[in-house]
Amino acid sequence: MAFDEYQKREFKQVGKRVRRPDGVDKVTGRAMYGADATAPGMLWARILRSPHAHARIRSIDTSAAMALKGVRAVLTGADLPDQEDVFIRDVQNNCMAKDKVLYDGHAVAAVAAVDIATAKAALKLIKVDYEILPHVTDVDKAMAPGAPVVLDGRSLESVPAGMSANVTEHAEFGHGDLGAGFAKADMVLERSYKTPTAHQGYIEPHAALASVTSDGKAELWCCTQGQFYVRTLCAAIMGMEASQLRVTASEIGGGFGGKTTVFIEPVALALARKAGRPVKLVMNRDEVFRATGPTVHSSMDVKIGMTKDGRITAAEAKLRYSGGAFPSGTHSFGAQAAFAAYDLAAVRSYSWNVLTNRPKEAAYRAPGAPQAIYAVEATIDELCQHFGLDPLDVRLKNAARKGTKSSYGPTFPDIGLVATLEAAKAHPHYSAPLEPGQGRGISCGFWFNFGGNSCVSLNINTDGTVGVTEGNPDIGGSRASISLMAAEELGIDYDRVRTIVADTSSLGYNDVTDGSRVTFAVGLATIKAARDAVRVMCERAAKIWGIDADAVEWKDGAAVPAGPNAGKFPPMTLAEIAAVSFETGGPIAGHHEVNVDGAGVSFGVHIVDIEVDKETGATKVLRYTVFQDAGKAVHPSYVEGQMQGGAVQGIGWALNEEYIYGEDGRLQNPTFLDYRVPVASDLPMIDTVILEIPNPGHPYGVRGVGETGIVPPLAAITNAVCRSAGVRMHELPMSPPRVLKALSA
Amino acid sequence: MRYLAAKTAGEAAAALAAEPGLTRILAGGTDVLVQLKSGLVEPALIVDIKQIPGIAEIVAEDGGYRIGAAVPNAVLGEHAGVVAMWPGVVEGANLIGSTQVQGRCTMVGNLCNGSPAGDAVPGLIAANAVARIVGPNGQRDLPVADIPTGPGKTSLAKGEVITSVFLPARPARASDAYLRFIPRTEMDIAVASAAVSLELNADDTVKAARVVLGAVAPTVIVAEEAGRICVGSKLDEATLARMAAACEAVAKPIDDKRGTVAFRTKTAGTLAKRAALTAYTRAGGTK
Ligand SMILES: Cc1cc2nc3c(=O)[nH]c(=O)nc-3n(C[C@H](O)[C@H](O)[C@H](O)COP(=O)(O)OP(=O)(O)OC[C@H]3O[C@@H](n4cnc5c(N)ncnc54)[C@H](O)[C@@H]3O)c2cc1C
Repeated sequence: MAFDEYQKREFKQVGKRVRRPDGVDKVTGRAMYGADATAPGMLWARILRSPHAHARIRSIDTSAAMALKGVRAVLTGADLPDQEDVFIRDVQNNCMAKDKVLYDGHAVAAVAAVDIATAKAALKLIKVDYEILPHVTDVDKAMAPGAPVVLDGRSLESVPAGMSANVTEHAEFGHGDLGAGFAKADMVLERSYKTPTAHQGYIEPHAALASVTSDGKAELWCCTQGQFYVRTLCAAIMGMEASQLRVTASEIGGGFGGKTTVFIEPVALALARKAGRPVKLVMNRDEVFRATGPTVHSSMDVKIGMTKDGRITAAEAKLRYSGGAFPSGTHSFGAQAAFAAYDLAAVRSYSWNVLTNRPKEAAYRAPGAPQAIYAVEATIDELCQHFGLDPLDVRLKNAARKGTKSSYGPTFPDIGLVATLEAAKAHPHYSAPLEPGQGRGISCGFWFNFGGNSCVSLNINTDGTVGVTEGNPDIGGSRASISLMAAEELGIDYDRVRTIVADTSSLGYNDVTDGSRVTFAVGLATIKAARDAVRVMCERAAKIWGIDADAVEWKDGAAVPAGPNAGKFPPMTLAEIAAVSFETGGPIAGHHEVNVDGAGVSFGVHIVDIEVDKETGATKVLRYTVFQDAGKAVHPSYVEGQMQGGAVQGIGWALNEEYIYGEDGRLQNPTFLDYRVPVASDLPMIDTVILEIPNPGHPYGVRGVGETGIVPPLAAITNAVCRSAGVRMHELPMSPPRVLKALSA
Repeated sequence: MRYLAAKTAGEAAAALAAEPGLTRILAGGTDVLVQLKSGLVEPALIVDIKQIPGIAEIVAEDGGYRIGAAVPNAVLGEHAGVVAMWPGVVEGANLIGSTQVQGRCTMVGNLCNGSPAGDAVPGLIAANAVARIVGPNGQRDLPVADIPTGPGKTSLAKGEVITSVFLPARPARASDAYLRFIPRTEMDIAVASAAVSLELNADDTVKAARVVLGAVAPTVIVAEEAGRICVGSKLDEATLARMAAACEAVAKPIDDKRGTVAFRTKTAGTLAKRAALTAYTRAGGTK
């Protein structure tokens, strides 16, 4: 790993709370979101979805729909190729079922017509003959012998023999002697937990506009977290070369991981190809809930041994995750993250992925970690209560630090957990008195963070301004942060830099906006692209001065002679060099392409105060404080926004959000009315404390901050609710009926 | 689908009666438009009643108030007279939706939508409100309590339009209150609700009480026994506990995604207790 990038420096731009570049467009309604794209002659598409959780498609009769006036194309799975690559086949079958429907809402056909009303009318004319199959939507039931098999033959070799065919993957992490560890404990606590499927709940539904010409070129405008990955998947499904498919990412109304793959994009392209006209396809909210990528749901067992003074002697977790109807690797993130916060001599985590008749999960902020860490942190809290120990002291006593061999293998470099815990302990929130009946909960959280492939072009304009071209949709303020880092490195003001997100034909491959990678990895590429441009500018100055390029250095936004021997020349600013660039060798640009390593892990600690209404089971969040290590907060307001947003989403998950399936396997609450995300009046202001323990893997010390924030709330809320209610609960969400039931038990 | 903006209640009634297909009346439209958009209903005729003269007005009558069927709840909430006399009715009506929804939605629309969880309905029934109905055969008055007959169903005959509801006069030492339980703090549907209307004697004991429960049966229900239990007391804890138990006894809720039978039953009683205490204080009672 690259742990030598960081150099201490005085920041001039980075760290300022500058004006956000997308603000005016967004508040005035000018911003172009997915559904805002239009094209001449455009058709409107709608998708027919399965009302069954599990059924074989005997036949689909589209003739009546095709015959309807105004219908230009009808698509079914039969129109799409048989894919050899198993992964691509899964992605394609998830977008359009071929022989079986695997969940309520699974797409079975699509229509493109001259208007939406015609497309809707045509859907009603499509006759699908289903052979209904037994279904299973619960992870434990799907794992049991004799459970309905969602997809056969998908178990990897890692899965122990004799398990249900629904178990597709298994992973195991850890070290040390568990038996010896548990023997040293004064108490060994074993608990089982369940978490529901949650949805990212982004405001903007998926939307795509596709155009395919008769000579095989295609354009796709869509709302995504990664236009390059969309191109990879769509090109494979459509049998196209990457160069022939240009994907442009729209402004994005939230993603949180849910827009890291495709759902409707290949359907829009296939319809556009069939119809010979541009096709627009926009999901409604019901479709978003039923047929995009919510989280795994889980069932977990945790066993932790602790001495009476709070030392964890051994810890074990068994995680059963269901990523829905197709194989998913998220379980292993859970297994790796479960005990990452602790320095343990004996630790083991096991995980399984299980198929169920639910939509295939997609990423959601720190995918897999909130569930596992919820189970671990709630168990630790119960042990703290048992021994009468301060929960922060216990975390401090066991905290991982520099040099700790982590529970998932690597040895940690500089990490910020101890500093974060100490900040939490010293904060007035932690010592504020509670009223009788109120409870305070804490939890640690962790996320790995990611680097990945990143390309940046940086153009020095002749008027002394700078354009940065990068390839990652801005879901959390990255354009501002990237401009800040470019300005910092070039020594110019933030206002002189504008960053744009390029389409797939304008830049090399960029990984998806995920893994909290963009400010870190694209930021690193931006800094290096700026250094590349600085090198060119120094050369130009050298040429003008008639000295060696080596004898010029860059200082405060200008080229200067490097020391007295280089000669005496007044500094040439970026603007001055840019103004004469056409005479000194042509336009000036810098660029950088890299697969970035060294994403520093990020830890967080949350404290929450809660009061449970003992007569109704209602929960009121009284006070909430987030402590998180950002490495270096490039734009502190955005960092705080990430911390608050993650906390709010985690609070919703802990208290009310859940996918509710009926006996018939249908999703009962595909609306924001009954899938309850917190509303503004539900919550107090979420206070934030940013810690800055530099990441050795980034020139400015930056760590990703986008995901850790959703990890601690599940257990922090649980611990506070249980302390307030005086009774422990082991299943989320802790909705009022559940809390009241626990109180009256 | 045809759309008619009726100029009189008679015209609306005649058009609705003449239409053989499905019809809907458009008051605020906050139920109707949502149902249209989601494809839940496809009416043949929609009759907008908002242009009928006087239908969006609140007028004083016989010491009480007549509230037009198209009065948006936001307007109701700003009417000092109604707020002072029937605060519980207004608080139920004002809990509906958000600021935007308040600007459109009506109590009568809430009533005729027929949801047992409608927030405006328990307060109206506790108040003994009376609806004025215009139909193809003329006008009649009917207690609001007699209008809901089941989820999505009312006792209104084909072609009948409610033009107003009348909130009667009440003595000085009387008031009301409404409470609902929702898992969030707004933008939600009542999992259980209770409205209580009280009249006090000079010695602060309860002279008359009407307790009404929402979302715990196919329609909003009157908990007669719970009301009787309050009479003669100062709502001491023992009385309230018996009153809550009487509410639980008449609650016949269902298990669904919004709540369990056990939760709804228990919570209906809890809300009735709390609403009774608020109404008692509002009526000027001290213990
Ligand atoms: C975002 C949102 C939030 C909401 N929150 C709540 C809430 O918190 N609590 C709640 O109870 N409801 C809520 N609702 C539902 C709705 O707002 C209420 O039921 C509202 O009171 C309906 O009134 P309206 O005037 O808009 O009715 P409309 O939609 O115009 O009509 C509703 C029904 O009543 C019939 N009708 C209307 N007027 C008459 C009349 N004069 N005579 C006979 N029949 C008539 C119509 O035919 C229709 O069937 C919400 C709705 C939305 C969209």
